[in-house]
Amino acid sequence: MLQLRLSAAQRGVLIAVAIFAAMFAVYGWKQPVGLTSNVINTASNKGALLALVAMAQTLPVLTGGLDLSVGAIFVLSNCLASSIVVGDPLSTAVGVVTVLLVGTLCGATNGIIIVYGRLQPLIVTLAMGAVYFGIALALRPQPGGSVNFELADFMTRSTYAVPHSAVLLLLVVLLIWIPYRRSVLGRAAFAIGSAEQAAYMSGVPIARAKVLAFALSGLLASIGGLLLTAVTYSGAAKMSIANDYTLNSIGAVVIGGTSLFGGVGSAVGSIFGAFVMRTVGDLLIVFDINPVLQPLFVGLVLLVAVCAGSLRVLRIKNKLDLYR
Amino acid sequence: MSALKLNTLFRQFDQATLIAFACIVVLLLIGALAEPAFLSPQYLIQQLHTAAFLGVVATGVMLVILLGHIDLSIPWTIGAGGMMATGATGILGPEFGVVLAVPFGILCGVTIGFVNGLGVAYLRAPAMIFTLGMNAVAQGLMVYHTGGFAPQDRATPFMRELAVGHLVPGIPNPLLIWIVLGAVTMFMLNRTTLGRQIYAIGNQERAVFLSGVDTRKVVLIGFMISGACAAATGVLLAGWANRSYQAMGDPYLLPTIAAVILGGTNVLGGRGKYIGTVAGVILITILQSMLSVVQPQRYFAGLGLELPADTFRQVVFGAVIIAMLLLYGRQKVSR
Repeated sequence: MLQLRLSAAQRGVLIAVAIFAAMFAVYGWKQPVGLTSNVINTASNKGALLALVAMAQTLPVLTGGLDLSVGAIFVLSNCLASSIVVGDPLSTAVGVVTVLLVGTLCGATNGIIIVYGRLQPLIVTLAMGAVYFGIALALRPQPGGSVNFELADFMTRSTYAVPHSAVLLLLVVLLIWIPYRRSVLGRAAFAIGSAEQAAYMSGVPIARAKVLAFALSGLLASIGGLLLTAVTYSGAAKMSIANDYTLNSIGAVVIGGTSLFGGVGSAVGSIFGAFVMRTVGDLLIVFDINPVLQPLFVGLVLLVAVCAGSLRVLRIKNKLDLYR
Repeated sequence: MSALKLNTLFRQFDQATLIAFACIVVLLLIGALAEPAFLSPQYLIQQLHTAAFLGVVATGVMLVILLGHIDLSIPWTIGAGGMMATGATGILGPEFGVVLAVPFGILCGVTIGFVNGLGVAYLRAPAMIFTLGMNAVAQGLMVYHTGGFAPQDRATPFMRELAVGHLVPGIPNPLLIWIVLGAVTMFMLNRTTLGRQIYAIGNQERAVFLSGVDTRKVVLIGFMISGACAAATGVLLAGWANRSYQAMGDPYLLPTIAAVILGGTNVLGGRGKYIGTVAGVILITILQSMLSVVQPQRYFAGLGLELPADTFRQVVFGAVIIAMLLLYGRQKVSR
């Protein structure tokens, strides 16, 4: 007899996958043209943008922090990419590497200030988010710019109905998330999120693990910014985009089964969480609900997702356990 | 007797508050070097007038932070307060709408705060996420209410009077409102059971619960006050601009939290003085005002770099907050 033993994180991923599959099935069924490869590709591109930002959010959350600057790093990367990812293949490649480096640097700066400045992640990333957004404004006072067309087309196209953006996500999981998850510092991040004091006592390298988590978060957000540039062929420093992605990334993380108190969760869950969040918008369209209601529904999904975690409150017998 | 009172007053000034006030003086002196008018009474009163809007919303946010939570639904609670107050005539009818515009706007804020409190205190959802979600819900409702455009966005004469009039000569009404609200809050925090409970819950909710206090109710009240204060700011802002508009609260989230924390309130709750928040609010208002008066982008334009003014507002602002927090907001290593 096969024994199915799932960790809390795996269960979270499965729930997110199931919700997404159900929602996407309804979407495909109500969609007048059906699930053509075009429809799937558009959905994948839209979902992958949020999925990358949500993965960026996951890493700090796993250590027990929160990153309110992922949206700003995403926008900054978009603005930077729209200026430097152009021209011949060599200068395009240099541009891509520069964008990713800048993103990583932004994330690392957050981590360094938080760890060595001994400040709260929330307020540091809130303030640094303003700084990154200000730099993005300096780069792109007006929306515009361009991007290497071949690269952009390649990133957003699909081959045999397999969207390249989905492949990009898979590559990020295989090349960044899984090696990180298995590394010493990756495991340290989980330990910190579970019990920082205990992790410190057992000699876990707390400072380095936290800085790495934030740095990788910046890297993932900048990959997202790069993809956004490929999707829109331009850059725009809009506060509403930054805020929207930051908010939705937190929602995606929660839906993906990652605990906001740290220590439990996975980036794969966040990917499906992101696709769930994006499918909410698509469902509104096929059910002919006024699109201005989208923030309302996204907010409601978020509230339901956090409250689902509160069901444990009802099961607790000793009221004192509520107050950790 | 008076020595005793002086002593109590003096105890309100902790180290962070003193540093914050010192920073204000330094900022004003630097500003005066660039622009002598910085030290004129008109300019200072005008700054306090602007600061009052931030001060009112920061009052509520401070209570929530003292409780060990946070309220990220500030932007659209401000928006809801302003838009509901100006839209009251359309919703309640012309005869009630004009009279009840202000209480109606504030009541909408209280409702948002009430839902926040229910989620955080009773469902034990993390405040950060729950209030972010409420922010999106409030945004959705407001955008739906206006249908993407503004049906009725004019402020009533009373709202206008509240925001720009002078009940006491020389003191703009919003400043007066902030002074009264601040005095009541200081009294509440220092002298009443509710105030003591707020500090105690921020320190150790478990212990307060064990001593027989309904801590959930206190947290709920904290969030309701925060919603009320944010909506009141929205009403004042709508009166100030003579109209309400979408995203009117967006520029307030970071400054509010920054003001409270720069004023020495512990982000994790339990510690902080109201006078510190006052210092933080004034500090941030003067910083923002200086950036628009000094216009650092001028110097860059001289170098051939055309940078938007907003760049400096964001970058300098974030950098100064980090610098000041590093100066005195560092956490103790508790090991």
